Amino acid sequence: MNLKEVQDQIVEEFEVFEEWLDKYEYLIELGNSLEPIDIKYRTNEYLINGCQSKVWVNAEMTGENVVFFADSDAIITKGIVALLIRVLSNRKPDEIMNADLYFIDKIGLTQNLSPTRSNGLLAMVKQMKMYGMAYHAKLNK
Amino acid sequence: MSLDINKIRADFPILNQKIYGKDYIYLDNGATTQKPQQVIDVVSHFYQHSNSNIHRGVHYLSEQATLAYEGVRKKIQTFIHAEHEHEIIFTKGTTDSINLVAFSFGERYVKEGDEVIISAMEHHSNIVPWQMLCERKNAKLKVIPFDKSGELELDKIDALFTKKTRILAITHISNSMGTINPIKEIIRKAHQANVPVLIDGAQSIQHLKIDVQDLDCDFFAFSGHKIYAETGIGVLYAKEKYLNEMPPYQGGGDMVDKVSFEKTTYLGAPFKFEAGTPNYVGAISLGSAIDYLLEIGLENIAEYESELLKYATEKLLAIEELTIYGTAKKKSAIISFLIKNIHHYDTGMILDKMGIAVRTGTHCTQPVMDVLCVTGTVRASFAFYNTKNDVDKLVEGVLRVKKMFD
Repeated sequence: MNLKEVQDQIVEEFEVFEEWLDKYEYLIELGNSLEPIDIKYRTNEYLINGCQSKVWVNAEMTGENVVFFADSDAIITKGIVALLIRVLSNRKPDEIMNADLYFIDKIGLTQNLSPTRSNGLLAMVKQMKMYGMAYHAKLNK
Repeated sequence: MSLDINKIRADFPILNQKIYGKDYIYLDNGATTQKPQQVIDVVSHFYQHSNSNIHRGVHYLSEQATLAYEGVRKKIQTFIHAEHEHEIIFTKGTTDSINLVAFSFGERYVKEGDEVIISAMEHHSNIVPWQMLCERKNAKLKVIPFDKSGELELDKIDALFTKKTRILAITHISNSMGTINPIKEIIRKAHQANVPVLIDGAQSIQHLKIDVQDLDCDFFAFSGHKIYAETGIGVLYAKEKYLNEMPPYQGGGDMVDKVSFEKTTYLGAPFKFEAGTPNYVGAISLGSAIDYLLEIGLENIAEYESELLKYATEKLLAIEELTIYGTAKKKSAIISFLIKNIHHYDTGMILDKMGIAVRTGTHCTQPVMDVLCVTGTVRASFAFYNTKNDVDKLVEGVLRVKKMFD
Protein backbone atom coordinates (compact mmCIF):
# COMPACT_ATOMS: atom_id res chain seq x y z
CA MET A 1 0.00 0.00 0.00
CA ASN A 2 1.34 3.41 -0.80
CA LEU A 3 1.29 6.38 1.55
CA LYS A 4 -2.04 7.61 0.23
CA GLU A 5 -3.73 4.23 0.31
CA VAL A 6 -2.81 3.49 3.89
CA GLN A 7 -3.93 6.93 5.04
CA ASP A 8 -7.23 6.58 3.20
CA GLN A 9 -7.71 3.20 4.83
CA ILE A 10 -7.24 4.71 8.30
CA VAL A 11 -9.66 7.54 7.48
CA GLU A 12 -12.21 4.93 6.44
CA GLU A 13 -11.71 2.97 9.63
CA PHE A 14 -12.39 6.06 11.71
CA GLU A 15 -15.46 7.06 9.71
CA VAL A 16 -17.60 4.51 11.54
CA PHE A 17 -17.10 6.26 14.88
CA GLU A 18 -19.69 8.87 15.64
CA GLU A 19 -18.66 9.46 19.22
CA TRP A 20 -15.31 10.76 20.35
CA LEU A 21 -15.10 8.14 23.05
CA ASP A 22 -15.45 5.39 20.44
CA LYS A 23 -12.46 6.84 18.61
CA TYR A 24 -10.51 6.81 21.84
CA GLU A 25 -11.57 3.26 22.54
CA TYR A 26 -10.16 2.30 19.15
CA LEU A 27 -6.94 4.20 19.84
CA ILE A 28 -6.61 2.38 23.17
CA GLU A 29 -7.02 -0.89 21.29
CA LEU A 30 -4.35 0.15 18.78
CA GLY A 31 -2.09 1.30 21.59
CA ASN A 32 -2.43 -1.98 23.40
CA SER A 33 -1.70 -3.98 20.28
CA LEU A 34 1.43 -2.05 19.34
CA GLU A 35 4.42 -4.20 20.08
CA PRO A 36 6.33 -2.62 22.95
CA ILE A 37 9.66 -1.14 22.02
CA ASP A 38 12.74 -3.10 23.12
CA ILE A 39 13.48 -2.02 26.67
CA LYS A 40 16.97 -0.88 25.65
CA TYR A 41 15.38 1.88 23.55
CA ARG A 42 13.17 3.08 26.41
CA THR A 43 15.95 5.38 27.53
CA ASN A 44 16.57 9.09 27.49
CA GLU A 45 18.50 8.78 24.27
CA TYR A 46 15.34 7.82 22.37
CA LEU A 47 12.95 9.85 24.48
CA ILE A 48 10.86 12.66 23.11
CA ASN A 49 9.75 14.43 26.21
CA GLY A 50 6.34 15.97 26.26
CA CYS A 51 5.53 17.25 29.72
CA GLN A 52 2.36 15.12 29.77
CA SER A 53 3.25 11.83 28.14
CA LYS A 54 6.52 10.36 27.00
CA VAL A 55 7.26 8.98 23.56
CA TRP A 56 10.27 6.89 22.60
CA VAL A 57 11.20 6.44 18.97
CA ASN A 58 13.95 4.62 17.13
CA ALA A 59 14.53 3.80 13.45
CA GLU A 60 16.54 1.23 11.55
CA MET A 61 17.33 0.75 7.89
CA THR A 62 16.10 -2.58 6.54
CA GLY A 63 17.03 -2.97 2.92
CA GLU A 64 15.91 0.22 1.20
CA ASN A 65 13.34 1.08 3.84
CA VAL A 66 13.28 2.78 7.21
CA VAL A 67 11.54 0.79 9.94
CA PHE A 68 10.30 2.63 13.03
CA PHE A 69 9.94 1.37 16.58
CA ALA A 70 8.12 3.55 19.06
CA ASP A 71 6.32 3.50 22.37
CA SER A 72 4.56 5.78 24.84
CA ASP A 73 3.67 5.62 28.51
CA ALA A 74 0.13 6.87 27.78
CA ILE A 75 -2.10 4.49 25.84
CA ILE A 76 -4.04 6.99 23.72
CA THR A 77 -0.75 8.60 22.73
CA LYS A 78 0.54 5.10 21.97
CA GLY A 79 -2.49 4.49 19.77
CA ILE A 80 -1.65 7.55 17.71
CA VAL A 81 1.97 6.41 17.67
CA ALA A 82 0.76 3.08 16.24
CA LEU A 83 -1.05 4.93 13.44
CA LEU A 84 2.03 6.96 12.61
CA ILE A 85 4.10 3.80 12.44
CA ARG A 86 1.53 2.13 10.24
CA VAL A 87 1.72 5.05 7.82
CA LEU A 88 5.44 5.83 7.87
CA SER A 89 7.26 2.65 8.76
CA ASN A 90 8.80 0.46 6.07
CA ARG A 91 9.06 3.23 3.51
CA LYS A 92 11.88 4.81 1.60
CA PRO A 93 13.65 7.69 3.37
CA ASP A 94 12.63 10.35 0.83
CA GLU A 95 9.02 9.22 1.03
CA ILE A 96 9.09 9.69 4.81
CA MET A 97 10.71 13.10 4.76
CA ASN A 98 8.23 14.41 2.20
CA ALA A 99 5.14 12.71 3.61
CA ASP A 100 1.95 14.75 3.79
CA LEU A 101 0.18 13.28 6.80
CA TYR A 102 -3.33 14.41 5.95
CA PHE A 103 -5.00 11.52 7.75
CA ILE A 104 -4.38 13.14 11.14
CA ASP A 105 -6.62 16.06 10.27
CA LYS A 106 -9.21 13.87 8.59
CA ILE A 107 -9.70 11.64 11.62
CA GLY A 108 -9.93 14.67 13.88
CA LEU A 109 -6.70 14.23 15.79
CA THR A 110 -5.07 17.50 14.72
CA GLN A 111 -5.39 18.94 18.21
CA ASN A 112 -3.30 16.05 19.52
CA LEU A 113 -0.47 17.14 17.29
CA SER A 114 -0.70 20.84 17.92
CA PRO A 115 2.22 22.57 19.63
CA THR A 116 -0.01 23.31 22.63
CA ARG A 117 -0.42 19.61 23.38
CA SER A 118 2.68 18.61 25.19
CA ASN A 119 2.30 14.89 24.53
CA GLY A 120 5.42 14.49 22.41
CA LEU A 121 3.50 13.57 19.25
CA LEU A 122 4.36 16.63 17.19
CA ALA A 123 8.00 16.19 18.13
CA MET A 124 7.68 12.52 17.22
CA VAL A 125 6.48 13.31 13.69
CA LYS A 126 9.38 15.75 13.31
CA GLN A 127 11.77 13.11 14.63
CA MET A 128 10.45 10.48 12.18
CA LYS A 129 10.94 12.90 9.31
CA MET A 130 14.41 13.70 10.59
CA TYR A 131 15.25 10.00 10.48
CA GLY A 132 13.97 9.93 6.89
CA MET A 133 16.10 12.94 6.06
CA ALA A 134 19.19 11.52 7.75
CA TYR A 135 18.93 8.15 5.97
CA HIS A 136 18.22 9.93 2.70
CA ALA A 137 21.39 11.99 3.12
CA LYS A 138 23.36 8.86 4.00
CA LEU A 139 22.13 6.99 0.93
CA ASN A 140 22.95 9.84 -1.42
CA LYS A 141 26.36 10.56 -0.05
CA MET B 1 -24.82 25.70 52.07
CA SER B 2 -25.86 29.28 52.11
CA LEU B 3 -24.95 30.21 48.54
CA ASP B 4 -27.57 30.86 45.88
CA ILE B 5 -25.71 28.63 43.47
CA ASN B 6 -28.09 29.05 40.54
CA LYS B 7 -27.78 32.79 40.72
CA ILE B 8 -23.99 32.51 40.98
CA ARG B 9 -23.75 30.15 38.01
CA ALA B 10 -25.84 32.52 35.95
CA ASP B 11 -23.19 35.18 36.59
CA PHE B 12 -20.54 33.11 34.80
CA PRO B 13 -21.52 32.93 31.12
CA ILE B 14 -18.71 30.52 30.22
CA LEU B 15 -20.17 27.81 32.46
CA ASN B 16 -23.45 27.82 30.63
CA GLN B 17 -22.28 26.37 27.34
CA LYS B 18 -21.81 23.00 25.72
CA ILE B 19 -18.38 21.55 24.93
CA TYR B 20 -18.42 18.64 22.45
CA GLY B 21 -22.17 18.81 22.87
CA LYS B 22 -21.92 18.10 26.61
CA ASP B 23 -22.57 20.31 29.63
CA TYR B 24 -19.32 22.06 30.48
CA ILE B 25 -17.86 20.94 33.80
CA TYR B 26 -14.99 23.25 34.64
CA LEU B 27 -12.72 21.75 37.30
CA ASP B 28 -9.48 23.51 36.47
CA ASN B 29 -9.85 26.46 38.80
CA GLY B 30 -6.37 25.98 40.20
CA ALA B 31 -5.05 26.96 36.78
CA THR B 32 -7.37 29.90 36.30
CA THR B 33 -10.84 30.95 37.41
CA GLN B 34 -13.71 32.03 35.20
CA LYS B 35 -14.96 35.62 35.18
CA PRO B 36 -18.37 36.79 36.33
CA GLN B 37 -20.38 38.99 33.99
CA GLN B 38 -19.98 41.83 36.50
CA VAL B 39 -16.19 41.83 35.98
CA ILE B 40 -16.53 41.47 32.21
CA ASP B 41 -18.96 44.42 32.19
CA VAL B 42 -16.66 46.65 34.23
CA VAL B 43 -13.78 46.01 31.81
CA SER B 44 -15.96 46.51 28.78
CA HIS B 45 -17.47 49.69 30.22
CA PHE B 46 -14.02 51.02 31.05
CA TYR B 47 -12.80 50.60 27.48
CA GLN B 48 -15.98 52.12 26.11
CA HIS B 49 -16.13 55.13 28.39
CA SER B 50 -13.07 55.67 30.59
CA ASN B 51 -9.88 54.45 28.96
CA SER B 52 -6.90 56.74 29.32
CA ASN B 53 -3.36 56.24 30.50
CA ILE B 54 -2.95 56.86 34.20
CA HIS B 55 -0.68 59.08 36.29
CA ARG B 56 0.30 61.45 33.51
CA GLY B 57 -2.60 63.09 31.79
CA VAL B 58 -4.04 66.42 32.80
CA HIS B 59 -7.24 65.57 31.03
CA TYR B 60 -10.47 64.36 32.54
CA LEU B 61 -10.44 60.68 31.61
CA SER B 62 -6.80 60.22 32.60
CA GLU B 63 -7.63 61.59 36.00
CA GLN B 64 -10.66 59.31 36.27
CA ALA B 65 -8.59 56.29 35.23
CA THR B 66 -5.90 57.19 37.77
CA LEU B 67 -8.50 57.49 40.50
CA ALA B 68 -9.98 54.12 39.56
CA TYR B 69 -6.55 52.44 39.52
CA GLU B 70 -5.47 53.93 42.83
CA GLY B 71 -8.88 53.12 44.25
CA VAL B 72 -8.22 49.46 43.61
CA ARG B 73 -4.91 49.72 45.44
CA LYS B 74 -6.84 51.02 48.42
CA LYS B 75 -9.41 48.24 48.01
CA ILE B 76 -6.71 45.58 48.04
CA GLN B 77 -5.13 47.16 51.09
CA THR B 78 -8.44 46.69 52.90
CA PHE B 79 -9.05 43.25 51.35
CA ILE B 80 -5.81 41.75 52.69
CA HIS B 81 -5.66 44.12 55.65
CA ALA B 82 -2.31 45.75 54.89
CA GLU B 83 -1.20 48.59 57.13
CA HIS B 84 -0.40 51.00 54.31
CA GLU B 85 -1.74 51.57 50.84
CA HIS B 86 1.76 51.96 49.41
CA GLU B 87 2.58 48.43 50.52
CA ILE B 88 0.42 47.19 47.62
CA ILE B 89 2.36 46.88 44.36
CA PHE B 90 0.69 45.95 41.12
CA THR B 91 2.54 43.29 39.12
CA LYS B 92 1.78 40.96 36.22
CA GLY B 93 0.94 38.08 38.54
CA THR B 94 2.29 35.84 41.29
CA THR B 95 5.33 34.83 39.24
CA ASP B 96 6.18 38.46 38.56
CA SER B 97 5.71 39.34 42.24
CA ILE B 98 8.07 36.58 43.36
CA ASN B 99 10.64 37.51 40.73
CA LEU B 100 10.47 41.10 41.91
CA VAL B 101 11.30 40.07 45.48
CA ALA B 102 13.93 37.54 44.43
CA PHE B 103 15.65 40.27 42.44
CA SER B 104 15.22 43.41 44.52
CA PHE B 105 15.37 41.83 47.97
CA GLY B 106 18.22 39.65 46.72
CA GLU B 107 20.18 42.67 45.49
CA ARG B 108 19.83 44.43 48.80
CA TYR B 109 20.12 41.61 51.34
CA VAL B 110 21.63 38.43 49.86
CA LYS B 111 25.36 37.94 49.44
CA GLU B 112 27.76 35.08 48.81
CA GLY B 113 27.37 32.15 51.19
CA ASP B 114 23.89 33.24 52.36
CA GLU B 115 20.92 30.90 52.39
CA VAL B 116 17.38 30.93 51.06
CA ILE B 117 14.75 28.45 52.27
CA ILE B 118 11.78 27.18 50.27
CA SER B 119 9.67 24.03 50.60
CA ALA B 120 9.55 20.87 48.52
CA MET B 121 5.93 21.54 47.53
CA GLU B 122 6.52 24.85 45.77
CA HIS B 123 5.24 25.68 42.31
CA HIS B 124 8.13 26.15 39.88
CA SER B 125 7.49 29.88 40.09
CA ASN B 126 8.49 29.83 43.75
CA ILE B 127 11.57 27.70 43.05
CA VAL B 128 13.22 29.01 39.91
CA PRO B 129 13.46 32.74 40.84
CA TRP B 130 15.24 31.73 44.07
CA GLN B 131 17.53 29.36 42.23
CA MET B 132 18.41 32.19 39.86
CA LEU B 133 19.11 34.45 42.84
CA CYS B 134 21.28 31.78 44.46
CA GLU B 135 23.23 31.33 41.24
CA ARG B 136 23.69 35.06 40.88
CA LYS B 137 24.91 35.52 44.44
CA ASN B 138 26.50 32.16 44.99
CA ALA B 139 24.03 31.54 47.79
CA LYS B 140 22.53 28.24 48.91
CA LEU B 141 18.96 27.00 48.48
CA LYS B 142 17.57 24.85 51.30
CA VAL B 143 14.34 22.89 51.16
CA ILE B 144 11.73 21.99 53.81
CA PRO B 145 10.54 18.44 53.06
CA PHE B 146 6.95 17.15 53.21
CA ASP B 147 5.62 13.73 54.10
CA LYS B 148 3.53 11.25 52.09
CA SER B 149 0.27 12.88 53.13
CA GLY B 150 1.49 16.18 51.72
CA GLU B 151 2.13 17.89 55.06
CA LEU B 152 5.29 19.86 55.69
CA GLU B 153 7.69 18.28 58.14
CA LEU B 154 7.54 21.19 60.51
CA ASP B 155 9.89 19.61 63.03
CA LYS B 156 12.65 19.98 60.45
CA ILE B 157 12.21 23.71 59.94
CA ASP B 158 14.08 24.99 62.99
CA ALA B 159 17.23 23.12 62.03
CA LEU B 160 17.25 24.81 58.62
CA PHE B 161 17.55 28.35 59.99
CA THR B 162 21.08 29.64 60.42
CA LYS B 163 22.64 33.06 60.84
CA LYS B 164 23.03 33.07 57.06
CA THR B 165 19.35 32.53 56.24
CA ARG B 166 18.08 35.64 54.47
CA ILE B 167 14.54 34.73 53.45
CA LEU B 168 11.98 31.92 53.55
CA ALA B 169 9.58 31.63 50.59
CA ILE B 170 6.68 29.25 50.95
CA THR B 171 3.31 28.52 49.46
CA HIS B 172 0.13 29.02 51.46
CA ILE B 173 -1.69 26.22 49.63
CA SER B 174 -0.07 23.49 47.53
CA ASN B 175 -1.36 23.77 43.97
CA SER B 176 -0.83 20.08 43.30
CA MET B 177 -1.97 18.51 46.58
CA GLY B 178 -4.23 21.12 48.14
CA THR B 179 -2.42 21.17 51.48
CA ILE B 180 -3.08 24.31 53.51
CA ASN B 181 0.22 25.05 55.21
CA PRO B 182 0.29 26.43 58.77
CA ILE B 183 1.93 29.60 57.57
CA LYS B 184 1.24 31.63 60.68
CA GLU B 185 3.26 29.18 62.74
CA ILE B 186 5.98 29.03 60.09
CA ILE B 187 6.20 32.82 59.97
CA ARG B 188 6.48 32.95 63.75
CA LYS B 189 9.31 30.41 63.72
CA ALA B 190 11.10 32.28 60.92
CA HIS B 191 10.80 35.60 62.69
CA GLN B 192 12.27 34.08 65.84
CA ALA B 193 15.31 33.37 63.67
CA ASN B 194 15.11 36.91 62.20
CA VAL B 195 14.16 35.58 58.79
CA PRO B 196 11.54 37.41 56.71
CA VAL B 197 8.90 35.33 54.91
CA LEU B 198 7.33 35.50 51.47
CA ILE B 199 3.98 33.76 51.07
CA ASP B 200 2.92 32.50 47.65
CA GLY B 201 -0.80 33.15 47.86
CA ALA B 202 -1.68 32.11 44.30
CA GLN B 203 -3.92 29.29 45.54
CA SER B 204 -5.16 30.85 48.78
CA ILE B 205 -6.34 34.36 47.94
CA GLN B 206 -9.51 33.01 46.26
CA HIS B 207 -10.34 30.53 49.03
CA LEU B 208 -9.28 31.99 52.39
CA LYS B 209 -9.59 35.32 54.14
CA ILE B 210 -6.13 36.88 54.13
CA ASP B 211 -4.93 39.24 56.84
CA VAL B 212 -1.29 40.05 56.20
CA GLN B 213 -0.90 41.89 59.50
CA ASP B 214 -2.31 39.02 61.50
CA LEU B 215 -0.12 36.55 59.57
CA ASP B 216 2.75 39.00 59.96
CA CYS B 217 4.18 37.87 56.61
CA ASP B 218 6.74 40.18 55.05
CA PHE B 219 5.67 39.55 51.46
CA PHE B 220 2.48 38.12 50.00
CA ALA B 221 2.06 37.43 46.28
CA PHE B 222 -1.07 36.61 44.30
CA SER B 223 -2.57 36.72 40.79
CA GLY B 224 -5.72 38.41 39.62
CA HIS B 225 -6.75 35.68 37.20
CA LYS B 226 -7.02 33.13 39.99
CA ILE B 227 -9.45 35.33 41.87
CA TYR B 228 -11.99 35.85 39.06
CA ALA B 229 -10.27 38.90 37.52
CA GLU B 230 -8.35 39.33 34.27
CA THR B 231 -5.01 37.77 33.42
CA GLY B 232 -1.86 39.85 33.49
CA ILE B 233 -2.53 41.57 36.80
CA GLY B 234 -1.14 40.53 40.14
CA VAL B 235 -0.22 41.93 43.50
CA LEU B 236 2.79 41.99 45.71
CA TYR B 237 2.23 43.03 49.28
CA ALA B 238 5.47 43.95 51.03
CA LYS B 239 6.16 45.50 54.39
CA GLU B 240 7.11 49.14 54.12
CA LYS B 241 10.50 48.66 55.74
CA TYR B 242 11.61 46.37 52.93
CA LEU B 243 10.14 48.47 50.15
CA ASN B 244 12.13 51.46 51.31
CA GLU B 245 15.36 49.50 51.23
CA MET B 246 14.88 47.40 48.10
CA PRO B 247 16.18 48.79 44.78
CA PRO B 248 13.77 48.93 41.80
CA TYR B 249 13.20 45.76 39.79
CA GLN B 250 12.75 47.36 36.38
CA GLY B 251 13.47 50.84 35.10
CA GLY B 252 11.24 53.00 32.95
CA GLY B 253 8.62 55.68 33.01
CA ASP B 254 6.24 56.25 35.91
CA MET B 255 8.80 55.12 38.52
CA VAL B 256 11.26 57.99 38.44
CA ASP B 257 11.61 61.23 40.35
CA LYS B 258 14.26 63.03 38.28
CA VAL B 259 16.05 61.70 35.22
CA SER B 260 19.32 63.01 33.83
CA PHE B 261 22.15 61.22 32.09
CA GLU B 262 24.32 61.63 35.15
CA LYS B 263 21.92 60.43 37.80
CA THR B 264 18.32 59.28 38.07
CA THR B 265 16.37 59.30 41.30
CA TYR B 266 13.33 57.17 41.94
CA LEU B 267 9.92 57.71 43.38
CA GLY B 268 9.02 55.91 46.60
CA ALA B 269 6.97 52.73 46.88
CA PRO B 270 4.77 51.59 45.29
CA PHE B 271 5.66 53.56 42.13
CA LYS B 272 9.34 52.68 42.32
CA PHE B 273 8.29 49.11 41.53
CA GLU B 274 5.76 49.86 38.80
CA ALA B 275 7.84 50.88 35.80
CA GLY B 276 6.02 51.64 32.57
CA THR B 277 2.30 51.79 31.92
CA PRO B 278 0.80 49.32 34.36
CA ASN B 279 -2.05 46.99 33.53
CA TYR B 280 -4.54 49.48 34.91
CA VAL B 281 -7.52 47.79 33.26
CA GLY B 282 -6.43 44.54 34.85
CA ALA B 283 -6.27 46.29 38.19
CA ILE B 284 -9.77 47.67 37.69
CA SER B 285 -11.03 44.17 36.87
CA LEU B 286 -9.39 42.94 40.06
CA GLY B 287 -11.19 45.60 42.06
CA SER B 288 -14.46 44.53 40.52
CA ALA B 289 -13.75 40.84 41.24
CA ILE B 290 -13.07 41.67 44.88
CA ASP B 291 -16.38 43.55 45.09
CA TYR B 292 -18.11 40.50 43.64
CA LEU B 293 -16.51 38.15 46.18
CA LEU B 294 -17.22 40.40 49.11
CA GLU B 295 -20.86 40.55 48.13
CA ILE B 296 -21.10 36.75 48.22
CA GLY B 297 -19.04 36.66 51.39
CA LEU B 298 -15.65 35.05 51.88
CA GLU B 299 -16.87 32.93 54.79
CA ASN B 300 -19.80 31.64 52.74
CA ILE B 301 -17.42 30.74 49.92
CA ALA B 302 -15.00 28.95 52.25
CA GLU B 303 -17.80 27.00 53.90
CA TYR B 304 -19.35 25.99 50.58
CA GLU B 305 -16.03 24.95 49.03
CA SER B 306 -15.08 22.94 52.07
CA GLU B 307 -18.35 21.01 51.89
CA LEU B 308 -17.78 20.44 48.17
CA LEU B 309 -14.28 19.14 48.87
CA LYS B 310 -15.62 16.73 51.47
CA TYR B 311 -18.29 15.47 49.07
CA ALA B 312 -15.84 15.08 46.17
CA THR B 313 -13.23 13.33 48.31
CA GLU B 314 -15.78 10.80 49.57
CA LYS B 315 -17.23 10.16 46.12
CA LEU B 316 -13.84 9.73 44.47
CA LEU B 317 -12.46 7.52 47.23
CA ALA B 318 -15.43 5.22 46.75
CA ILE B 319 -14.08 4.39 43.29
CA GLU B 320 -12.02 1.24 43.35
CA GLU B 321 -8.34 1.56 42.48
CA LEU B 322 -8.42 5.35 42.71
CA THR B 323 -5.75 6.99 44.84
CA ILE B 324 -5.83 10.57 46.05
CA TYR B 325 -2.45 12.27 46.33
CA GLY B 326 -2.41 14.87 49.07
CA THR B 327 -4.35 13.81 52.13
CA ALA B 328 -3.32 16.51 54.58
CA LYS B 329 -5.67 17.22 57.46
CA LYS B 330 -6.18 20.79 56.29
CA LYS B 331 -6.91 20.95 52.59
CA SER B 332 -8.22 23.38 50.03
CA ALA B 333 -10.65 22.30 47.29
CA ILE B 334 -7.98 20.63 45.16
CA ILE B 335 -7.93 16.88 44.53
CA SER B 336 -5.04 15.17 42.77
CA PHE B 337 -5.68 11.56 41.86
CA LEU B 338 -4.72 8.61 39.70
CA ILE B 339 -6.56 5.49 38.66
CA LYS B 340 -4.39 2.40 38.97
CA ASN B 341 -2.47 1.61 35.77
CA ILE B 342 -4.09 4.43 33.80
CA HIS B 343 -1.92 7.32 32.67
CA HIS B 344 -3.05 10.75 33.84
CA TYR B 345 -2.91 12.03 30.29
CA ASP B 346 -5.26 9.30 29.03
CA THR B 347 -7.68 10.06 31.85
CA GLY B 348 -7.59 13.78 31.09
CA MET B 349 -8.07 13.27 27.36
CA ILE B 350 -11.14 11.12 27.85
CA LEU B 351 -12.67 13.39 30.50
CA ASP B 352 -12.13 16.30 28.11
CA LYS B 353 -14.26 14.64 25.48
CA MET B 354 -16.98 14.25 28.08
CA GLY B 355 -16.94 18.02 28.60
CA ILE B 356 -15.00 17.80 31.86
CA ALA B 357 -11.99 20.11 32.19
CA VAL B 358 -9.29 18.91 34.56
CA ARG B 359 -5.56 19.44 34.60
CA THR B 360 -3.15 16.58 34.10
CA GLY B 361 0.61 16.33 34.41
CA THR B 362 3.03 17.66 36.99
CA HIS B 363 1.17 20.93 37.68
CA CYS B 364 4.48 22.82 37.53
CA THR B 365 5.60 20.98 40.65
CA GLN B 366 8.00 18.34 39.34
CA PRO B 367 9.73 17.91 42.73
CA VAL B 368 6.34 17.06 44.29
CA MET B 369 5.79 14.32 41.72
CA ASP B 370 9.25 12.94 42.52
CA VAL B 371 8.37 12.72 46.21
CA LEU B 372 5.03 11.06 45.40
CA CYS B 373 6.80 8.70 42.97
CA VAL B 374 4.42 9.44 40.08
CA THR B 375 4.97 11.03 36.65
CA GLY B 376 1.92 13.21 37.10
CA THR B 377 -1.63 13.26 38.39
CA VAL B 378 -5.12 14.26 37.36
CA ARG B 379 -6.14 17.36 39.27
CA ALA B 380 -9.68 18.53 39.89
CA SER B 381 -9.74 21.97 41.47
CA PHE B 382 -12.99 23.55 42.55
CA ALA B 383 -14.45 27.01 42.88
CA PHE B 384 -17.64 28.22 44.54
CA TYR B 385 -19.56 28.01 41.24
CA ASN B 386 -18.98 24.26 41.09
CA THR B 387 -21.71 21.97 42.37
CA LYS B 388 -22.23 18.46 43.66
CA ASN B 389 -23.59 17.73 40.20
CA ASP B 390 -20.15 18.65 38.78
CA VAL B 391 -18.60 16.16 41.20
CA ASP B 392 -21.10 13.48 40.16
CA LYS B 393 -20.25 14.13 36.51
CA LEU B 394 -16.55 13.79 37.31
CA VAL B 395 -17.17 10.50 39.10
CA GLU B 396 -19.24 9.28 36.15
CA GLY B 397 -16.38 10.30 33.84
CA VAL B 398 -13.76 8.51 35.90
CA LEU B 399 -15.87 5.35 35.94
CA ARG B 400 -16.19 5.57 32.17
CA VAL B 401 -12.41 5.94 31.84
CA LYS B 402 -11.96 2.85 34.01
CA LYS B 403 -14.39 0.90 31.88
CA MET B 404 -12.55 1.85 28.70
CA PHE B 405 -9.36 0.42 30.11
CA ASP B 406 -10.86 -2.78 31.47
